[in-house]
Amino acid sequence: MKERLEALKLEAIEHLNQVVDAVQLNDLRVKYLGKKGALTEILRGMGALSAEERPVIGQVGNEVRAAIESIIESKASYFQNQETEQRLSAEKVDVTLPGRALKQGAIHPLTKVIQEIEDIFIGLGYRIAEGPEVEMDYYNFEALNLPKNHPARDMQDSFYITEDLLMRTQTSPVQVRTMESMKGEVPVRVICPGKVYRRDDDDATHSFQFHQIEGLVIGKGIRMSDLKGTLLQFTREMFGPNTQIRLRPSFFPFTEPSAEVDVTCVKCGGSGCRICKHTGWLEILGCGMVHPKVLEMGGYDSEQYTGFAFGMGVERIALLKYGIEDIRNFYSNDLRFLQQFARN
Amino acid sequence: MKVSAEWLSDYISLENVDMEELAEQITRSGIEIDSVERRSEGVSKVVVGYVKSKEKHPDADKLNVCIIDAGLGEDLQIVCGAKNIDAGQKVPVALVGAKLPGGMEIKNAKLRGVPSQGMICSAKELGLNDKLLPKEQQEGILVLPEHISVGQPINLVLGLDDQVLDFDLTPNRSDCLSMIGAAYEVGAILGRSVKLPEPDKKLIEIADEAKDHLRISIEAHDLCSHYAARYFTHVKIAPSPQWMQNRLAAAGVRPINNIVDITNYVMMEYGQPLHAFDADHIAENSIIVRQAEDGETMTTLDGQERKLEAGALLISDGQRTPIALAGVMGGLNSEVTDQTVNIVLESARFDGGSVRKTSRQLGLRSEASLRFEKEVDPSNVIPALDRAASLIAVYAGGTVYHGTVEEVISKPEEKRIKLSLDKLNVYLGTDISMLEVKTIFGRLNFELADGPGEVEVIVPTRRGDITRDVDLIEEIARLHGYSNIPTTSIEGKSTSGGYTRNQALRRSLRGLLTHGGWNEVISYSFTHESSTALFPTLTGVNKAVKLSLPMSEDRSVLRTSLIPELMHIAAYNRNRKQDNLALFEIGNIFLTEEDKLTRQPKEQSVLGFFLAGLRQEKQWNVPAEKVDFYDLKGAVESVITYLGLTDLVSYVADRPEGFHPGRSASLFLNVHDHKVRVGVLGQLHPDLARNKDLDDTYVAEILLEPLYQHANRVIVSRELPKFPSVERDIALVVDTTVEAGSLLSSIRESAGEWLTHVQVFDVFTGSKLGENKKSIAISLTYQHKDRTLTEEDITQVHDKVVNELVQSFDAELRK
Repeated sequence: MKERLEALKLEAIEHLNQVVDAVQLNDLRVKYLGKKGALTEILRGMGALSAEERPVIGQVGNEVRAAIESIIESKASYFQNQETEQRLSAEKVDVTLPGRALKQGAIHPLTKVIQEIEDIFIGLGYRIAEGPEVEMDYYNFEALNLPKNHPARDMQDSFYITEDLLMRTQTSPVQVRTMESMKGEVPVRVICPGKVYRRDDDDATHSFQFHQIEGLVIGKGIRMSDLKGTLLQFTREMFGPNTQIRLRPSFFPFTEPSAEVDVTCVKCGGSGCRICKHTGWLEILGCGMVHPKVLEMGGYDSEQYTGFAFGMGVERIALLKYGIEDIRNFYSNDLRFLQQFARN
Repeated sequence: MKVSAEWLSDYISLENVDMEELAEQITRSGIEIDSVERRSEGVSKVVVGYVKSKEKHPDADKLNVCIIDAGLGEDLQIVCGAKNIDAGQKVPVALVGAKLPGGMEIKNAKLRGVPSQGMICSAKELGLNDKLLPKEQQEGILVLPEHISVGQPINLVLGLDDQVLDFDLTPNRSDCLSMIGAAYEVGAILGRSVKLPEPDKKLIEIADEAKDHLRISIEAHDLCSHYAARYFTHVKIAPSPQWMQNRLAAAGVRPINNIVDITNYVMMEYGQPLHAFDADHIAENSIIVRQAEDGETMTTLDGQERKLEAGALLISDGQRTPIALAGVMGGLNSEVTDQTVNIVLESARFDGGSVRKTSRQLGLRSEASLRFEKEVDPSNVIPALDRAASLIAVYAGGTVYHGTVEEVISKPEEKRIKLSLDKLNVYLGTDISMLEVKTIFGRLNFELADGPGEVEVIVPTRRGDITRDVDLIEEIARLHGYSNIPTTSIEGKSTSGGYTRNQALRRSLRGLLTHGGWNEVISYSFTHESSTALFPTLTGVNKAVKLSLPMSEDRSVLRTSLIPELMHIAAYNRNRKQDNLALFEIGNIFLTEEDKLTRQPKEQSVLGFFLAGLRQEKQWNVPAEKVDFYDLKGAVESVITYLGLTDLVSYVADRPEGFHPGRSASLFLNVHDHKVRVGVLGQLHPDLARNKDLDDTYVAEILLEPLYQHANRVIVSRELPKFPSVERDIALVVDTTVEAGSLLSSIRESAGEWLTHVQVFDVFTGSKLGENKKSIAISLTYQHKDRTLTEEDITQVHDKVVNELVQSFDAELRK
């Protein structure tokens, strides 16, 4: 009987090794281990054995069962895995098809530049001041040391509404309003972003409506060297840590001394290219020490306090920063243009 | 101001100075040099030739064969096509081997079979600005004055080797609107001294007194502080000398005749405009400086009859006939012509503002008015007049009568300004020594009287821009060099930066909307008047603000709503096949209650929306669905929710102007139990949409100030519920006129505090429901914060809700 069991084991192993799927495996399980299977069949003859032989044969029988079962089990799990694998690979998706995107709109590039500049100056301790776009002649010109009939008014032809009201031609009137609201208190540190309007025919570099950001600092002992330091810090944060600045003497009625500020070209870094007309420098800012008359009209004692002011054109900076060729793009608002700014 | 180096070197030595380098130095010291131009780049081997004879070309009607003596010993035969060529002329001849601007090289040639040994040149071919030449010379070859000798290089004759610096002057530096002023500036930069012309030493006058032939009286004391004139006879009008013409051409002034050229030359030299009158046309030999009467007219030099504004400053003769618009333009009646023999030459100081006003009003701007507007140097009135007199004596053969006739109303006071060294260094953040300060003022030719620790500067009259110590600080700073000012950080109290509440909210709204797929646009604030009436104005005031002098009809009024400009932008995009548009703008609208503005209009910050096309770009897994009212409303609701205002707003079906009457609403904000309209939203009225080709478009406009004001920025966290919630659905059939909003309020009211959430999840109509009926399905969520709700609890509440709905809305329950 022991031989029959051993033979059964060998036969079962051989058959099991040839099994190709779970169905065949199950057939063999029934054939060898089922209630009417071959093993049961053999063990049924145990009753005819002696009391000594019975446990020995019983043991052999158990070993044979265990051996067959373990093979069946490993085969079964193999088939199971195989089946899972097949099922999952049939569920395959085309990962190269596009997904459902989050809808991402864009901040207008001018807003983007303004926000970036605001962030830099907020970090330097500035607040943001705003004022009306329809301004009184007094705030737009007179309080900025530009009396009526002053030839410097030619620099910016204006849109008047009445003799005393006009579209502001600069954000500088916000300086005056800020000084008034501060009532002679220091320190003053503000930047003033906003729309301004000048009578200009629109072309690639001119627009009758554009944006400026003005800065004003007033305090005790504010020096022109502080202005230089502030602008250097700002331009480095805005255009990169290697940016250099250059101040050239200039004229604005509301500052004295006045300067135009050049930065090293954002494109070539100063070696000269088409953008900077091969000079290595780009003019981006006007600035100066606040004219004592302006301080006085704003309610500050010009012997006790000094200040500096600066102003820049947002469009100009955006043109340079993003390599935009035509200022009109900002106001035609072509979606294909706007969407280029829907990014970090 | 174009400054010729050759001319400038009359007043200052330019030895060993490279013009390009000088230009850079001047720019870095405060006056931008736009360009340095050689009057004619690259002209060589062009000489003066004499046209000995001119014969018609045998085979070409338009060509002539000329025999030219170019001083070479042997005559040249040159074929020339210019109409104005003639025997006996002196002309520029480009010899074989000559080079001309633009790289042209002259070779031996045959024109229609006739050999030609060179080319006779026009001004343009020599690289000159021919606009400064008389017309006949613009069209043909350049004809030179007779006295010029043959064979001379043309560069010498025309001063073509000269270099011209273009000074781009800021309004404060009108002192450099003259060669002498420019010389002072260059002198300060180079540290070289300035040598002035000395006209009085050269002037030869006859004994006859000018004042016996001319009387001057100033009536307008406020507008003319000094008027001087000289009297000349026997003047011969002729071309001015070539050197003067060359210099004027370099300065961009067109040579005309000796008298006009001399007045222009001296104006360029001193910055003092002069005017020459034909003395025989000044009635009663008398000049009166007065203001125009109302309705007075005069004919100016250009032949135009001008209507004068009352009060305009003018020069009149003894019969009070206007003979010039002071400082702006002369009169035709007293013009210097070829027949003129006797001259009155004017040199005066007119009020800048007055000249500016007249020249603007008449649209007449000249080199003279430009200078008067910016105030001329009061010290130059007499020297300039004397200088011109000496030139007239030499170059126009004029007899100069003795003395100047003048009336002086006021003389400029000497200006002294103190500057302390301390203030200078504190102001600039520098450490400049007293020695350097004095050196710089010395270079500027500013006289000094000093005290301890400070200097007193006597400001020269030519520098009218210097009035306070800070102006002196600027002079020091620019000549010390801005690049030598250190960079420092602000000392003292630090400040904390940041946005105001409204600014912060505005910025986060931009973020909210862009993350929701909306694109920000920035439109123009100026619009067409017709578009101001299209939409409601949202505020009590409703009049638009007009520009007094718009650039175009399309941009003549300040916008009263963002929507029309958003529609423009949308149309622009649609024309470029960009149809799926979700746009927003945050900007100001301008409204007033006044017909004629006496104060600033109301500027209100508003949020505008524009929505059209597909909800999402068509894609393989995204259905191509058109946007509808609820996409727009969703965006508005997001803004409201984000600002914490959900409980304060209501949407009321409305028929605002410009909107689809059945698909639009007003947004109300409940402020202290008072409902205020703060916005409109809905579909663009189909009529308006059709006009603008903007079908199926949804727009909205919301006032931002009230939203900011009532926005709730305080977040108080609630504990999350510990007990389960139960959801119940109701499906109702009601009349189509019943609004979902009323059903929801009824539900909220009757359910009480156990109701934590209520949501409409289905709405439909259909014939099965009956006419004018719709089905609305609503899901309700009940939850108690302290215990689990029992079946009975819920049934009790839910039944109450249902009963209330059935009774109040005549609703029928769908099973």
